[in-house]
Amino acid sequence: MADPNSLISIKGLRDGLLVTLGNAPWEELRGALMEQIAARQSFFQGARVALDVGAQIFHVNDLSELRDTLSERGINLWAVVSESPTTEQTSQLLGLATRISKPRPQEITQAASAESGQQTSLFIGRTLRSGTRIEFGGHVTVLGDINPGAEVIAGGNVIVWGRIRGAVHAGANGDPSSAVCGLDVSAAQMRIAGEVVEAPDQAELRNPQKISVVDGRARFESWSAE
Amino acid sequence: MTAKVVTITSGKGGVGKTTAVANLAVALAADGAKVVCIDGDIGLRNLDVVMGLENRIVYDIVDIIEGRCRLRQAMIRDKRLPELYLIPAAQTRDKTAVSPSDMIRVCKELRQEVDWVLIDSPAGIERGFKNSIAAADSVLVITNPEVSAVRDADRVIGILEAEGKGSPQLILNRLNPAMVKKHDMLSAEDVLDLLAIKLIGVVPEDSGVIVGTNRGNPVALDPKSRAGQAFRNIARRMKGEEVPFLDLEAGDGLWSKLFGRKS
Ligand SMILES: Nc1ncnc2c1ncn2[C@@H]1O[C@H](COP(=O)(O)OP(=O)(O)O)[C@@H](O)[C@H]1O
Ligand SMILES: [Mg+2]
Repeated sequence: MADPNSLISIKGLRDGLLVTLGNAPWEELRGALMEQIAARQSFFQGARVALDVGAQIFHVNDLSELRDTLSERGINLWAVVSESPTTEQTSQLLGLATRISKPRPQEITQAASAESGQQTSLFIGRTLRSGTRIEFGGHVTVLGDINPGAEVIAGGNVIVWGRIRGAVHAGANGDPSSAVCGLDVSAAQMRIAGEVVEAPDQAELRNPQKISVVDGRARFESWSAE
Repeated sequence: MTAKVVTITSGKGGVGKTTAVANLAVALAADGAKVVCIDGDIGLRNLDVVMGLENRIVYDIVDIIEGRCRLRQAMIRDKRLPELYLIPAAQTRDKTAVSPSDMIRVCKELRQEVDWVLIDSPAGIERGFKNSIAAADSVLVITNPEVSAVRDADRVIGILEAEGKGSPQLILNRLNPAMVKKHDMLSAEDVLDLLAIKLIGVVPEDSGVIVGTNRGNPVALDPKSRAGQAFRNIARRMKGEEVPFLDLEAGDGLWSKLFGRKS
């Protein structure tokens, strides 16, 4: 087996540790990681860990097994960063974050406009249950509900063909022209760019609504064909 | 015989998992089935107490797994029903003493011996929970009409779906129809509306359940108990029978929900 130090690198972040995996088969990396943890128990004990897995592909079983193993050692795995869409999806399903820090607003606006010609939309064809967190740089469309305890954080618009009862953040990278649409937003927690949306009169919000920010204030419009 | 392995789980603690396992087990066994329940709450065992069998324990599930006894030796026979058995949890070990593949192995052996294996799950979504669902053919999620319990149930359902366990069925426990009427409690409809899975039964709040728990006498054995009736109905639905829901189970609007009509 290769030297564990070359397979795993550990860095301190503002609020925890970032563990970056090198390029090797998962079994080997896993072994190296466990070795490091065993050797530096007090260092890892109680830590919040973000894991950068590069291009490794993880399915739900692998990743939930890893999270359990870590949690048995007192380590809280909260984020998995990956280049693989499969792994990203797996992490989202398990309610893990897939980004560790938000880029500065400027960078994001740029990224959004640079991407605008490309496919920058994520489609989710199911209800998001409690504990699920979706983070995506572009627009997000959900065909289903967003349940309490679920979160969608999008660089662009969030369009929900269902009820929003969890948390939604549109324009999360600072773009105030983003909007949220939902069939019932009466129990939603919403943010658009830097604004927290305060919901007015409840009854209205049970009908489809489009919410945007105009002059720094939330605007609710009925979401329908006129 | 090929047993059905059913796990009862909830996310949140104290919502009635152990109570449900004991009651469904006695209801199935009283109806002539051969039933084994497994206490999956290693380190916090209490299914034995609820079933009134604590002073018969010699071996436990960890003894089976670690080869200190044969499966048969750890199966405690119930004192009332000859075809009902309990495999207790180890009290002095923790959940790491059992792995998902251990549970699959034990259940594989049991499948040939009995009609039903009911597994009581610990609270939470970590190792002990994973162990308890590893061998399950189907899962019953139990919750109370309370916002926090429902949210945990939702989380558990999401995990079960992600693990390819299919959609579980729901037991709503401790419903108090008077409180629902006064809008002081979530109704069955509210809960179903959020969780969007199939309902297998509603059990009323009933102080008889607590008395039964303390005496080791599950209420499903009491023909006059309303909660007991609710558990007996769930047991029949588990066998695939069509059993009408009790009045209390059908709050306003619940019927339309069950039959897919808009109220
Ligand atoms: N339908 C009910 N009515 C009244 N009390 C109940 C009911 N169901 C459960 N309880 C009580 O709630 C408590 C917790 O139940 P238990 O089955 O131990 O929960 P869990 O196994 O989920 O932690 C027990 O004291 C039990 O008697
Ligand atoms: Mg219990």
